[in-house]
Amino acid sequence: MIRFDNLSWHAGTFRLEGVSFSVPAGSYAVLMGKTGCGKTTLLEILCGLRQPAGGRVFIGERDVTGLPPGQRGIGYVPQDGAMFPTLTVREQIGFALAIRKRPQEEITARVKELGEHLGVAHLLDRLPQHLSGGERQRVALGRALAAKPSVLLLDEPLSALDEELRDDLAALLKRVQRELGVTALHITHSRHEAAQLADVRFRMEAGRVVETR
Amino acid sequence: MSSPAQRLSPFWLSLGVVAGLYLFFLVAMLVATAGYSSPDKLWEALGKREIQHSIVLSLITCTVTALLSLLLAVPVGYLLARARFPGKHWLEAALDIPIVLPPMVMGLCLLILFQTPFGQFVENLAIRFPGYSLGPITLPRFTLGPITFTYTVFGVVLAQFTIGAAFAVRTMRHTFDHLSARPEDVAMTLGCTRAQAVWLVTLPAARRGMFAAASVAWARSLGEFGPILVFAGATRMKTEVLPTTVWLELSVGNLEAAVAVSLLMVLCAMCVLAAVKWVGEEV
Repeated sequence: MIRFDNLSWHAGTFRLEGVSFSVPAGSYAVLMGKTGCGKTTLLEILCGLRQPAGGRVFIGERDVTGLPPGQRGIGYVPQDGAMFPTLTVREQIGFALAIRKRPQEEITARVKELGEHLGVAHLLDRLPQHLSGGERQRVALGRALAAKPSVLLLDEPLSALDEELRDDLAALLKRVQRELGVTALHITHSRHEAAQLADVRFRMEAGRVVETR
Repeated sequence: MSSPAQRLSPFWLSLGVVAGLYLFFLVAMLVATAGYSSPDKLWEALGKREIQHSIVLSLITCTVTALLSLLLAVPVGYLLARARFPGKHWLEAALDIPIVLPPMVMGLCLLILFQTPFGQFVENLAIRFPGYSLGPITLPRFTLGPITFTYTVFGVVLAQFTIGAAFAVRTMRHTFDHLSARPEDVAMTLGCTRAQAVWLVTLPAARRGMFAAASVAWARSLGEFGPILVFAGATRMKTEVLPTTVWLELSVGNLEAAVAVSLLMVLCAMCVLAAVKWVGEEV
């Protein structure tokens, strides 16, 4: 479960005030809203990349408001994939486990498993500049899932892809989320994407989040 | 200039003519200098003990300065590119002081600084490292300092560093500005601290910029003359670097030797430019 409790955040004239909503455990939530309304800021607060001015953030029953990003048990997939430019696909997917100093055999096995699951097993030795947009997003997804997070956060992960690829990757996202049982929060502008993926839909308007049908 | 029509238009032609004239001027200058002397006389000049000492000292001091500049430029460039804090514009302006001040004035400022109690304190500073045993590695006990800067080789390095580092900082700031912060954010969500994310993700991606920054500092230091002359002096076989040699040889009317050393410096500068271009980062 993800829960925002009376969250606020300010930067200049931009404000988020009294944001409260929760995403049920194991569900796929889609958050929509106009460009610049604060969706990405909300996701970054959930990641721990920005500190809120007030309110609390919960993942499961745990209050993660003051925790550093790496201790929140999240997987984060940004819009452009944000590949690590000098690491191979193998190193990118194994990154979270390597940083936790897990044994090499465990890292190798997990990279192999995710590589096959996400259809990038044949790309493991490539650098990101030799990947297509769709391949990058698959690798970014594998990298986010490697440490088995309880929450998956996706910031417009399909927006830079062409339509056919978008449908394929949307189906993959839904399948992976179901199989792993993670709670997903997905930001998008696309109603089509929301219809394909959402168990629960939210809309951000005037600095607040409301559940929609 | 993607189509033949564009290439042949008067607009592009006139721009090409302006660029061509400037290039012709640069090449003419270098060709005239190269043709001024014969290879025999060049070799003879470069065989002089004083000039060989100056070459070696220049290469060593420029390399040390480049490495020191990089050590400063990486953290400061990162700070300027990523952090927002009050007074940032003032800090940026202050860091450009060595670039906008006349080099001779920088030398004079250094000289005066080291006459003050603070400068004397720095020169008399001795740092003692007590020595450590880290498993199989033993770091010996040693003392760093006191170091006299005024009219010494250390002064040459400090004078070069004062200006070269400012250029390196600019280059590194430019490099970090062009690297997205997003991969660092992702690395932090995967379990890294900020420092780990910078070390594992950003610095490897910035390696070309680091090479360019060190090269700029190296090349700039090679040509530094004013501050070295004022702060470190022009003592032969002691603080004489290549620009000093050109000046000393010119002052005694030995134009052949001055030309030989100048050509050597041109060659070094071209090598640095070529290396930077080869690595793919524009200076």
